[in-house]
Amino acid sequence: MWCLWRHIRQSVLLDTYNEREDFGRRASRGTLSQFTGVWMSQELIQENSKQIDDRSIGLVEKEYVTLFESPGVLNLAGGGKLGPITVAYETYGELSPERDNVIYVCHALTGDAHAAGWHHGSDKPGWWDGFIGPGKGLDTSKYHVVCANILGGCQGTTGPGSINPATDQHYGRGFPFITVGDMVEVQAALMNHLGIEKLLAVIGGSLGGMQVLEWGARFPERVGAAIVLAAGARLSAQGIAFNCVGNRAISADPHFREGDYYGKEVPRYGLALARMLAHITYLSEASIEMKFGRRLQNGSAFAYDLLKETEFQIESYLHYQGSRFVERFDANSYLYITRAMDYFDLAEAYGSITDALGKTAARFLIASYDTDWLFPTSQSLELTNALIAAKRHVSFIELHSPFGHDSFLIELEQLARIVSPFLDQTLKSIRQ
Amino acid sequence: MASRYRLPDPRNVSTDQVILEQIPNGRRVVDLGCGDGRLMVRLRDERDADVLGIEVDEDQFIRALGKGLPVIRTDLDKGLNIVPSGSFDFSILSQTLQEVRHPTDVLCEMLRIAHQAIVVVPNFGHWKVRRQVILQGRAPVTDSLPYEWHNTPNLHFMSMHDMRELAETLNFRIVAELPIIGGRAVKRAWAANLRAESALYILQGNLVAEELRRTHSIRPSQTR
Repeated sequence: MWCLWRHIRQSVLLDTYNEREDFGRRASRGTLSQFTGVWMSQELIQENSKQIDDRSIGLVEKEYVTLFESPGVLNLAGGGKLGPITVAYETYGELSPERDNVIYVCHALTGDAHAAGWHHGSDKPGWWDGFIGPGKGLDTSKYHVVCANILGGCQGTTGPGSINPATDQHYGRGFPFITVGDMVEVQAALMNHLGIEKLLAVIGGSLGGMQVLEWGARFPERVGAAIVLAAGARLSAQGIAFNCVGNRAISADPHFREGDYYGKEVPRYGLALARMLAHITYLSEASIEMKFGRRLQNGSAFAYDLLKETEFQIESYLHYQGSRFVERFDANSYLYITRAMDYFDLAEAYGSITDALGKTAARFLIASYDTDWLFPTSQSLELTNALIAAKRHVSFIELHSPFGHDSFLIELEQLARIVSPFLDQTLKSIRQ
Repeated sequence: MASRYRLPDPRNVSTDQVILEQIPNGRRVVDLGCGDGRLMVRLRDERDADVLGIEVDEDQFIRALGKGLPVIRTDLDKGLNIVPSGSFDFSILSQTLQEVRHPTDVLCEMLRIAHQAIVVVPNFGHWKVRRQVILQGRAPVTDSLPYEWHNTPNLHFMSMHDMRELAETLNFRIVAELPIIGGRAVKRAWAANLRAESALYILQGNLVAEELRRTHSIRPSQTR
C-alpha cells in the first residue's frame, strides 16, 4: 500500500514538475525530505506554494520586437548575415527615471524569455521565478529585470525554426552559423531599442554565464556588474564530447532529414536521446542517489525483461524528461546553440581571458557549485585568476549544493544571499 | 581562580590602525582572512588602495560583499592558486598565522602573490603568558572569543624570537619588526619579546630586501 501511494505521488511529481529546473524547486522551498523518501504532506506543499505566490510578480506577458530590419542586418561572427531578427522578451519591475537599475538575465541552453511570473492560463511560472520577484534575489521592487530568448532559439526569437522572410520557408539548416557573441549583439540591440544604455548587471548560469562574459568583453562600458554562475571562459573538452553525442543522436534520427523536417514528423527520438544524455550532466551522483537511488518504478521485484526500458525510477525520469523536452524544443535550435557553446572560448577570441575582460570596469561575481562536474569549480577559478591578473573587481565563491550543474536553478535562497548584497552595493556605487 | 592572560583578538581594531600606518597610498593590497572586510574598507577609503579579500567563512564573505568589496572565498590552508604571482604590492595576514595549519606555506604564498607581506602575530613570549604558564600552569586564551585550549583556532604558539628564526629559515628578510605594546606599534622597545602583546612584521623575499632595508625608515627593534 505504501509503495503504491509513493508511486502515485511520484507520478504526480513528474507530471506537475516536468522541467529540469523543477527537479529541486521543492527542495529550495524546504522540502528536501522528499529525497530521503519521506514525503511532505500535501498541505505543506500548498502552503509553500502560497508563500511563493505572495512574492510573485504575478501575471506577465511576452513581448516581441523586430530588430535589424532592412536595410539593417546583423553581421555574424561566422561570416553570415541575418535580418530581420524578431526578439521575444519579458520585463519585470519598474525602470528607474535614471534608467540605471536594469538587470539583464541571460538564460541557459534550453531556457526562454519567460524567467518569472505567470502566463495567463499557465500552470507553471517562469524558469527562475523563485529568484526574480519582490524581495527575491533579483528584487523587482528595486530593479528592472529584462530577459530575452536567445538568437537561434525556438521560443519567440528568430532561429532555424522561424520563417525566412526572403523565401517564406523555414530557415532549417539554411539558418546561418551563430556564436555566443552574436547572441549578445542581439541582446545589446534589444537594449538600444528599449533605450537602455547601461546595464546595472548582467547575470546568467551555464550558457547564460558565457553570455555574461561576452557582454563584459564586447560591451565593456555598458556593464556595471557581471554575475557568472556555474560557467567558465570556455566549454571544456568534456562538454564538447557530451554535445557531440547528443548532436549525433539528433542527426542519426531518420526523421532529421538534414534539418528539413518542418511540417513533417520531427526527429523526436534523437532529440529526446540528446536531452536524456545532457540531463545526466546537469545532475550529480549524489542528487540522483538522493532522488531515485536504485528504486524500481513499479513494484519491488525485478522483471527479468530486457525490453523493459523504464524499470528503475531514474530510467523513467530520464525518458520522461526526453519526451517532454521534444514537445517544447526544436532539434535544429538545439544543434545551433550547442555548437555556439562548443565554439565559445574567450581566450581564443580575445587573445587571453585577461585581454577579454581587462577593459571593463564591471564588478564580477563568480560562483561555482561543488558538485557541478559539467562546469567544475576549476573553470571558475581560472576565470577569477585571470580577472585578478587583469586587476578587476572580482569576487568568487564555490557554493555547496548536492544538485550539480543545475544548482543555480534550484538553490535560489542560497544564491540570493550572495547576489542581493552584491547588487545593492553595485547600485549604490553607481549612484554615488 | 586568578584572571587569565588573554591574547590579542583578531578583531581588535587597534591592529588595523597599526597595519594601515604601514601602507602608502594607492597600492594593491590583498587581505588574507579579511573577515567582514573592516580593514579593507579603511584601506580603500583612507589609503585609496585597490583591495582584495580572502575569507574562508561564508557569512563573513557575504558581509564583506555587502560592503562592496571584492572577496574570494577560499581556505588559506588549501593554497592561493587562485591569486596570480606578483599581483599585489602587499599581502596582509592579521592575527591569523597562528590559526593556519601550515604557517610556512602560507608565508611563502604571501610572498609569491605580493611584493611584501605584512604579518601581525600574537607574541606568546609576553611576560604575562610566561607567568601564567609558570605560576598557574594554564594556557593562554584569546580575549572576547569563547575558546578554551581544546577548541581554540590557535594551532601554533610563537614568540617574536620564533618569528625571527622562521624568517631566517625561510630566507625572508625582515624589512620591519614592530612590537605592538598597549595597542600601539613602537619602533624601538626594550625587552620587546617580554612586553609586546603582538608584533608586526614586514617580510620580503631575499633578492631586493637589502636595498629596501637601507631606505626603509623602520629598523628591527631590540628584542631580548
